[in-house]
Amino acid sequence: MALLEVKDLKVRVEEREILHGLTLTVNEGEIHAIMGPNGSGKSTLSHVIAGKPGYEVTDGEILFKGEDLLAMAPNERAAKGVFLAFQYPVEIPGVSTMNFLRTALNAQRKARGDSEYSTPDFLKKVREVSKSLNIPQDMLKRGVNVGFSGGEKKRNEVLQMALFEPSLCILDEMDSGLDIDALRIAADGVNALHSPKRAMVVITHYQRLLNYIVPDVVHVMSKGRVVKSGAKDLALELESSGYAQYEDA
Amino acid sequence: MNVAVAKTGNGRAVSDLFASAEGRLPGSPAVIAVRREAFETYERLGLPHRRIEEWKYTDLRALVGEVLPLAAAPDAAALKRAADAVKAHAIAGARKLVLVDGVFVADLSDVKALASEAGFKTLRETLEKDSGLLKTAAIDAVIALNAAMATDGVVLDIADGAQLSAPIQIIHVAIAASASTFTRSQIAVGKGARATIIESFVAAGAKAYQVNDAVLVKVGDNADVAHIRLMDDSPDAVNITSQFVTIGANTKLNFFNMTTGAAVSRMQGFITLAGEGSELSVNGVNLLQKTEHGDTTLVVDHAVPNCVSREVFRAVIDDRAHSVFQGRIIVRPDAQKTDGKMMIRALLLSDEAEADNKPELEIFADDVSCGHGATAGALDDSLLFYLKARGLPEKQAQALLIQAFVGEAIEQIADDDLREHVIGIAERWLERRQ
Ligand SMILES: Nc1ncnc2c1ncn2[C@@H]1O[C@H](COP(=O)(O)OP(=O)(O)OP(=O)(O)O)[C@@H](O)[C@H]1O
Ligand SMILES: [Mg+2]
Repeated sequence: MALLEVKDLKVRVEEREILHGLTLTVNEGEIHAIMGPNGSGKSTLSHVIAGKPGYEVTDGEILFKGEDLLAMAPNERAAKGVFLAFQYPVEIPGVSTMNFLRTALNAQRKARGDSEYSTPDFLKKVREVSKSLNIPQDMLKRGVNVGFSGGEKKRNEVLQMALFEPSLCILDEMDSGLDIDALRIAADGVNALHSPKRAMVVITHYQRLLNYIVPDVVHVMSKGRVVKSGAKDLALELESSGYAQYEDA
Repeated sequence: MNVAVAKTGNGRAVSDLFASAEGRLPGSPAVIAVRREAFETYERLGLPHRRIEEWKYTDLRALVGEVLPLAAAPDAAALKRAADAVKAHAIAGARKLVLVDGVFVADLSDVKALASEAGFKTLRETLEKDSGLLKTAAIDAVIALNAAMATDGVVLDIADGAQLSAPIQIIHVAIAASASTFTRSQIAVGKGARATIIESFVAAGAKAYQVNDAVLVKVGDNADVAHIRLMDDSPDAVNITSQFVTIGANTKLNFFNMTTGAAVSRMQGFITLAGEGSELSVNGVNLLQKTEHGDTTLVVDHAVPNCVSREVFRAVIDDRAHSVFQGRIIVRPDAQKTDGKMMIRALLLSDEAEADNKPELEIFADDVSCGHGATAGALDDSLLFYLKARGLPEKQAQALLIQAFVGEAIEQIADDDLREHVIGIAERWLERRQ
């Protein structure tokens, strides 16, 4: 079943069109990779799906589980199961990671009509997940991402993903800034979440990540469109030939 | 009784305020003479207005207009309501001293439990002999009016070396609507003593009341004091409060004030560092909504060398509310090696919210390290979006960021129970804007 359907999406930022009619369908259980040169609009697409303000959708639509995603507030999208692991996670001084995780998780559960987690259940769950991601407990006492290294910020995104159990995970350059061991740990975390009901969209510049998270489909984005889609070998091909052939597509 | 209108040029109405209250004002004939003189000063000055520099942003003539008649002494029904309010606002484990509509109520207070650790009298008792407590160094019209009209207060004497085992909480409960209360207290902390003092201003359903409070604080050498003020008045109240603080040598004073109510409020503090080697920390939080006007004005006077002062102010301003922070640091010619810093930050939650921040340095010594900064801005959109993308609804995302914003000031409260109590008041304020 189609989880995410992006149809002929046109998006403007500050009067400039960035996405020029982008179409993409992601089914339940699938892993998609999106590759493409800098500035081709990958992050823009992920932001529009998550509901970041400042983007004007001038045409097209996005359906999530058959519903009009663009009509929902960002928090409603999150509660429905959309999760974006940001390319650049922000730092939030004064809000402890632990407090943030609990507040966010319970807000999502409340929106879905589920009961809130009890404190012991919540703590148990966080401890489990953070251990598997090699995140020390005292990091969770600090402000959200405050003083975290680049790699720690990315792992904190994966931690949230594991905790919130979304049905669509979009990972925007999860691999940038990660050393090889951290990359393996984060990828293992992502793979552990893979299930027949959950889909992943992995945005990356490097085929290396796709050795760990093996995609069903690879898309090439250029100048605000998906210009080619193929099987996982497409990523290998891109690695050797580059994007030049797609530049004037 | 008719409402007495306090305007200069309207002497008769003002005089009514004093004349009709005079029979209820405690004190020997000599004390009454001092009150009369104070009232004449008030009459001569009239309510402060914008042409008086210190009151530029808080024009009481425009904002308040009139001083309401003195509240009647509380009757049995009032005391019953006050008892419920005290229960709701008491801090667990603290020793309570309760003033209801400006009258000390022993039945609601923990006088016995306190007796083993601190000397206690009411202002009323003190004034039978001595008018000393009606005098202060700094004087303006509201302080003069307070001296003239003060009906009661607490006079605390914490002995040298005393280590208080529990905080003392002075609770002012407003019951009477459309009436004024005038209270004046003194807190003397002896050498080497350690104490936590809380002042809470609360209403038990009272509407449109006016509070005029003054507190004289003297902290001896080598003492360690936390002084926390919580102005949690009803939204249509007026609360003008003046603090006169003198600090001895090698002393630590943590002063904290939070305003979460009142149509018009002003907390004016005059703090003098009079002994070397002391550390003063002042933290203020204004949480304002609707059309509330909240003013924190502070003068920190470094009269001697080698003291440190740190002031952290945070204002969160919603709707059409108006926050004023005025902080002056004075460094006297002798006060070398002074280290005084002040940081004011205002968070504007609406386009119509207003913040006037006025930091001032008056430095007369040459070997000092002083500085100040002031910022005003809205919530950071990128942080708000991050929280919303993780499932927090707009208001809840705002609430989390607001809590973080004021957290830096509230964190300075060392006692866990007390800090939780203060956070609880801030959370209730946040709920009111949902
Ligand atoms: N807020 C903005 N204001 C103006 N231009 C923007 C804004 N956000 C994105 N753009 C422009 O849109 C284009 C696409 O940017 P986007 O960040 O989506 O690219 P990307 O494919 O994620 O690139 P990268 O691989 O470098 O992360 C770029 O030309 C960028 O400069
Ligand atoms: Mg990008």
